[in-house]
Amino acid sequence: MVLVVLDHDGNKLRKGTLEALTRARRLAEGLGEKVAGVLLAEEGAPLEEARKYVDILYTATLGPYTAERWAAGVLAAAKEGAKAVVVPSSRQSRTYLGRVAYALKAGLLEDTLDSSLEGGEVHATRYAYLNRVTQRVKAPLPVVLTVKPNTTPLAEPLGTSAEVVPLSVPQVPTVEVLERVAEEKKGVSLTEANVVVTGGRGMGGPEAFKLVEELAALLGGAVGATRAVVDAGWRPYGEQVGQTGKTVQPALYIALGVSGAVQHLAGMNKSKYIVAVNKDPEAPIFKHADYGIVGDVHHVLPALIEAVKKLKD
Amino acid sequence: MKFVAVIRQVPDGESRLRIQEGRVDLSGATLILDQMDEYAVEEALRLKEKHGGEAIVVGFGPERAEEAIRTALAMGMDRGVHVVFEGFADPVAVAEALVPVLQEEAPTLVLTGGQQADWDSQALGAALAEGLGVPVVAWTTVIELEGDTARAKHDLDEGAEWVRVRLPALFTTQQGLNEPRYPTLPGIMKAKKKEVRKVQAEVRPKVVLLSEEIQEKARLGRILDGKDPVAAAEELVRLLHEEAKVI
Repeated sequence: MVLVVLDHDGNKLRKGTLEALTRARRLAEGLGEKVAGVLLAEEGAPLEEARKYVDILYTATLGPYTAERWAAGVLAAAKEGAKAVVVPSSRQSRTYLGRVAYALKAGLLEDTLDSSLEGGEVHATRYAYLNRVTQRVKAPLPVVLTVKPNTTPLAEPLGTSAEVVPLSVPQVPTVEVLERVAEEKKGVSLTEANVVVTGGRGMGGPEAFKLVEELAALLGGAVGATRAVVDAGWRPYGEQVGQTGKTVQPALYIALGVSGAVQHLAGMNKSKYIVAVNKDPEAPIFKHADYGIVGDVHHVLPALIEAVKKLKD
Repeated sequence: MKFVAVIRQVPDGESRLRIQEGRVDLSGATLILDQMDEYAVEEALRLKEKHGGEAIVVGFGPERAEEAIRTALAMGMDRGVHVVFEGFADPVAVAEALVPVLQEEAPTLVLTGGQQADWDSQALGAALAEGLGVPVVAWTTVIELEGDTARAKHDLDEGAEWVRVRLPALFTTQQGLNEPRYPTLPGIMKAKKKEVRKVQAEVRPKVVLLSEEIQEKARLGRILDGKDPVAAAEELVRLLHEEAKVI
């Protein structure tokens, strides 16, 4: 079988899961194998929805997420005979899959843009060197691969309802979760957004981000921030785009008052279109921009908002 | 107590990468101690300064990677172990090669960077933890030792959480955990004399690197003058709507 880790938000499968399912089905077809899903939950999970997408569904309720518990859950399902484990890429999945790959003695292909079966091996493309290099890699089976968001068409339901198989997951030594520090969630998620509007140091302070939020909302997008902004405490870490934050690849990336440090570029340089607004014409961001305005962001941003509103009317 | 930082040497993010025969050629690149691993080195030093014991740097990579180990020694680490391997090794294979070395050292805490700047991989810490049979706290921003446990804060995909973990444990490090110190001149002089034990790595690669290419997307570079912000903004929105068709 090809095993898919069905990532969800407690109610619904995430979009990334539907991409992973598409990849898994392609591999399963080549291998002549079934597609199995594993649904791990703290409590509550979209069981009925998940049954529509796979041939077999393994489930376990594990308590709060920890890398050890989730690794043990995926391993318990994988040991039912997985030739490949396909997982939507997230910071969490990429953390515990190192454990899974090590335990299975499997090749680990992280954050893949595509994947295919060639001569019984899995070939994949991924980025490396802070997103600057495209690598072609291969690994023999068994393989563990994570699917980069927004790279793959979404799977359709199969029109069947899979058999549910509860897993017995061994207790493992793990961390004790003391306290969750939730982040206020607004609008679309940063990594899945089609438009990302990021503010940098040039925004001058946290108040100016109200306008960044307004532009993002107008465009149906998400707000991003640079490391300097997060370090200064103007925005939460969850919004940080870059090497030490999130990697995004939207159709449109708007960088406002962002200078364009390499570590920031690593998080967004694969965006389809990049727009920069900065008063310094020498800012490195302009070398990576499709469109830009050399000007004071405090004057340009309100004008941009008005211009978008006008377009919408 | 024994604090181990696992490090690698990587090209500086600003340095120019070249491709030779389908592979990244690092011969002309500036190579540095991975900046994510610097946080691991700094934290090992701080923990040792506070709680006593020994701070050891374990480096993986070719002969030249000893420079990165010497950098960590110049920052203040007590001694180094260099697990020597030339060529591409995937993170799971690297972990397999490092586990026996770490088991021999029997550290209280193992620290390593949350993501490697060459392979863009986040797997090394978790794979090491699995090999060592210890819990992992990934993307850590606070570590406090309390007896035989540690209390730590780390980032999740959304938000963060506080955890308690029994030691030994492994932590992956990142921005926000600390501000890494610079090696001082006396530190650099001392580092030259510190021990770096060489171990030949036994590596069983699981992933084969087929080819690499630099794909800098050609950008349009249409930069407008924003002296008249309203006109510039309207023109930009027109371009995004009519030309790029993204809004």
